[in-house]
Amino acid sequence: MSKTGKITRRTLLGAAVLTTGAVAFGVYAYRKPHENPLAASDGDKQRSFTPYILVDAENTITIIAPRAEMGQGIHTTLAALVAEELNIPLAQAKVIHGPEGAAYYNRTMMEDGAPFAFFDKGLLPELARDTFGVAAKFLGIQGTGGSTSTIDAYDKMRRAGAAARIAFVAAAAQKWQVGPETLQCQNAQVSNPKTGKTLRFADLLQDAAAVELPESPRLKSPEEWTQLGKPQQRKDLREKVTGAPIYGIDIDLPDMLYGTVVLAPHLGGELVSADKAAALAVKGVKKVVAIKSSFGHGFGIIADNTWAAFQGAEALAPEWQPTSAAADTLALRNAHSDALKTDATFSMGNEGDAAAVLASIPSGELVSADYEVPYQAHFAMEPMNATAQLIGTKLTLWTGTQSPTLAKYACAGALGIENDDITVHTTLMGGGFGRRIDNDPALYAALLAVHTDGRPIKVTWTREEDSAHDYYRPMARARYQAHLSQSGKIHAISADIASQSVIGSFMARNFPSLASGGPERVVLDGSFDQPLSAENKAFNAHIVPTTVPAGFWRSVGYSFNAFFQQSFIDELAHAAGKDPLAFRLAHLTAPEHAPAVHLLKKLQEISAWDKPRPAGTGLGVALTASFGSWVAQTIEVTHEDGEIKLQNIWCVADLGIVLDPRMVRQQLSSAIIFGLGQAMEQDLTFSDGQINETNFDSFTPPQLYQVPPIHIELLANSPTMGGAGEPGVPPVAPALANAIYAATGDRHRSLPLGRHVAFS
Amino acid sequence: MHLTVNGKSHQLDADPQMPLLWALRDVLNVKGPKYGCGVAACGACTVLIDGEPMRSCSVPLEDVQGEIITVEGLADTDGTLSQVQEAWMDLQVPQCGYCQSGQILAATALLKENPSPSSEDIDDAMSNICRCGTYPQIRNAIETIAAHNQKQEG
Ligand code: FES
Ligand code: FES
Repeated sequence: MSKTGKITRRTLLGAAVLTTGAVAFGVYAYRKPHENPLAASDGDKQRSFTPYILVDAENTITIIAPRAEMGQGIHTTLAALVAEELNIPLAQAKVIHGPEGAAYYNRTMMEDGAPFAFFDKGLLPELARDTFGVAAKFLGIQGTGGSTSTIDAYDKMRRAGAAARIAFVAAAAQKWQVGPETLQCQNAQVSNPKTGKTLRFADLLQDAAAVELPESPRLKSPEEWTQLGKPQQRKDLREKVTGAPIYGIDIDLPDMLYGTVVLAPHLGGELVSADKAAALAVKGVKKVVAIKSSFGHGFGIIADNTWAAFQGAEALAPEWQPTSAAADTLALRNAHSDALKTDATFSMGNEGDAAAVLASIPSGELVSADYEVPYQAHFAMEPMNATAQLIGTKLTLWTGTQSPTLAKYACAGALGIENDDITVHTTLMGGGFGRRIDNDPALYAALLAVHTDGRPIKVTWTREEDSAHDYYRPMARARYQAHLSQSGKIHAISADIASQSVIGSFMARNFPSLASGGPERVVLDGSFDQPLSAENKAFNAHIVPTTVPAGFWRSVGYSFNAFFQQSFIDELAHAAGKDPLAFRLAHLTAPEHAPAVHLLKKLQEISAWDKPRPAGTGLGVALTASFGSWVAQTIEVTHEDGEIKLQNIWCVADLGIVLDPRMVRQQLSSAIIFGLGQAMEQDLTFSDGQINETNFDSFTPPQLYQVPPIHIELLANSPTMGGAGEPGVPPVAPALANAIYAATGDRHRSLPLGRHVAFS
Repeated sequence: MHLTVNGKSHQLDADPQMPLLWALRDVLNVKGPKYGCGVAACGACTVLIDGEPMRSCSVPLEDVQGEIITVEGLADTDGTLSQVQEAWMDLQVPQCGYCQSGQILAATALLKENPSPSSEDIDDAMSNICRCGTYPQIRNAIETIAAHNQKQEG
């Protein structure tokens, strides 16, 4: 049964936003069915088998892992999908990102836009996912995000490996005039056990290429796996410990120029003044050019080296007219409070009639609380950068991007050239966390390349530009209200969430000519779609109109809604006089909640939840379901000499199928530390339209000494496969806030918690 | 201007104010040291100068005295990795890897000075930021080397 309850017509409009996109691009995509982007290089020396496998005359196998490698280890895991079915050891294969192509579109990313809990497999949710999936096919957008890479690739890339293997076996069978079932295929060669004869893939290249690839080859069952499900060594390790030049910022081309950008504060107005002469007087600075785009406006500096470009930017010292919309943290906070006083923009996942029930009960008998989080910036370790070369109408880009397709769109539009005129080399990335789904770095590099007479130019942003021109995780404010029954169960609960539209902001800069609007699930992610049994539930979004640029930040809406909801559940447990973990278990009564029950029980055991702890020691728990995965965490803190010290973090996760347990554990651990950032010290404030925390001296992610031992357990009760990169983030902040409450008796309802307590 | 980097000496014509980081990266094409903040706050640009970990983004060329070792200079000429690099591989420390040349050099300097550092020593010495949160793996790698060193001594 669908647990999302009433779906209003307006809710479904969320889908319409994306279908509009499909109409806009559909004709183009339809006329050009997804062709194999590797086919162009097919010849005597090399052959492609599906868009994922290249085999050359030296018997080198190259696997295309067409997703952004920004630390998750995705190139390794995706390549293992192919290697498993191709029956070659992963170590034997080379792995590359490969070219941009619609063949590499990400269906799962789009399907997840359907406004339902991932564990809700009812008719309507599945229908909506299908609709989104069809739109994805039409749009053909290659992108990395939403923790979807492994889910999306799971069948596609295993099928590719199997199909190629079958083709080589068929080619050998024909050559030897024997049945294919009599042959063996291993280590990129086919052998005949009867005759002892062996042929390498390279020897069979042209014959195998002539075999029609089966569309749905039989795939191994997980029991037959020899590589999947086991830890694989990352393919990029040696480069990463020897300082190899693998990132976009390391690109070095003959005759290359260097550049940087200095942009108007996002909300700033027109130019007041800029000292072009001073910039040009800097040794090594060659040109100062104006930049105008849907992403931002300002100047680009072209120079002989990066340092000269940075100095030129400083000397230029442009001043911009402030606008009435200039962001200011106090005003933004007020705008969010005000938004909560107005009617909801839309609702999702309502059941029963929470509003009526809560209105009928004297306010003294209700539990209510307001919560708030500030903006967050990405601060990927590698600052934004891109390299571009424009020769005639042909543009070549080298950039670390989460979407090479959107990089093409952005540059084609701005330069008035065709998408097909653009070649994108997607490099490895020094972190992304959602920032690199936007392609302003590539766009600005392309705009500067217009002025370099065909010479390539690498444009590196200063850290301050990177942070000042980020697409932020929005500020958000929540009001939760609930009524507890006599037995201490949630009788009715309502959430009102005020935040700005991430999708709206993203669409406006990436597709300025497309209208967007209507409900989007992002603002309510982590509220309406959580496992929580209650008769009456309401989740209302109050969209705040602001011009602060918003974007996707590791776990996006879940990163704040989990804090709101899991803090409030804790407050309800205490109000009901119940143990917070037992209280949660008591509200997981639907059959599809089973994985969550297992998580909490495991967590209870490994964190010794029930063991009495000394005064001043507190344990906090939180549970979230996001991106197809279930994650629960407990955090243990001590309160001593007025300081809070983190002692332990326990995490139990259920991703259904785990392709590489070590990589998954590392992603969970990484996500937990990322989550600690927003929970502990990272703040982001605005004055006069600009952010105040522009570098690592004021925007302070956790350091090594602040991170306690992290204990991770993986369970496998979830019936479907979940993502790995993001689901570890959401529970961290509420688990920590709940732990601090347990240790001190103080409830803190806003982040970062470092505003309220001193961490040691 | 004269610089010795990873045992090779270089003559370069550059602004004496240019930070060592950019001279290494843009002039000498030594890309191991990374730009992360430019204000000595993240450690991505760490190099060793006469064995001391220094944040090269904040050292102007004119102040550089001594031999510079970058991450490229840690392995032997035959490609044999250093003990720290080996441990980083074995325990699969890097995620995005961008901070790791700095982390590896900071750990190298720590272990040179103190072959079996305590947990607090590691806390104090390892102040480079990692946005991917590889701290547990970094700690594990250093502790593994420390345990190994202790056994060797004992
Ligand atoms: S770049 Fe030098 S410390 Fe950050
Ligand atoms: S491994 Fe990515 S910043 Fe450290």
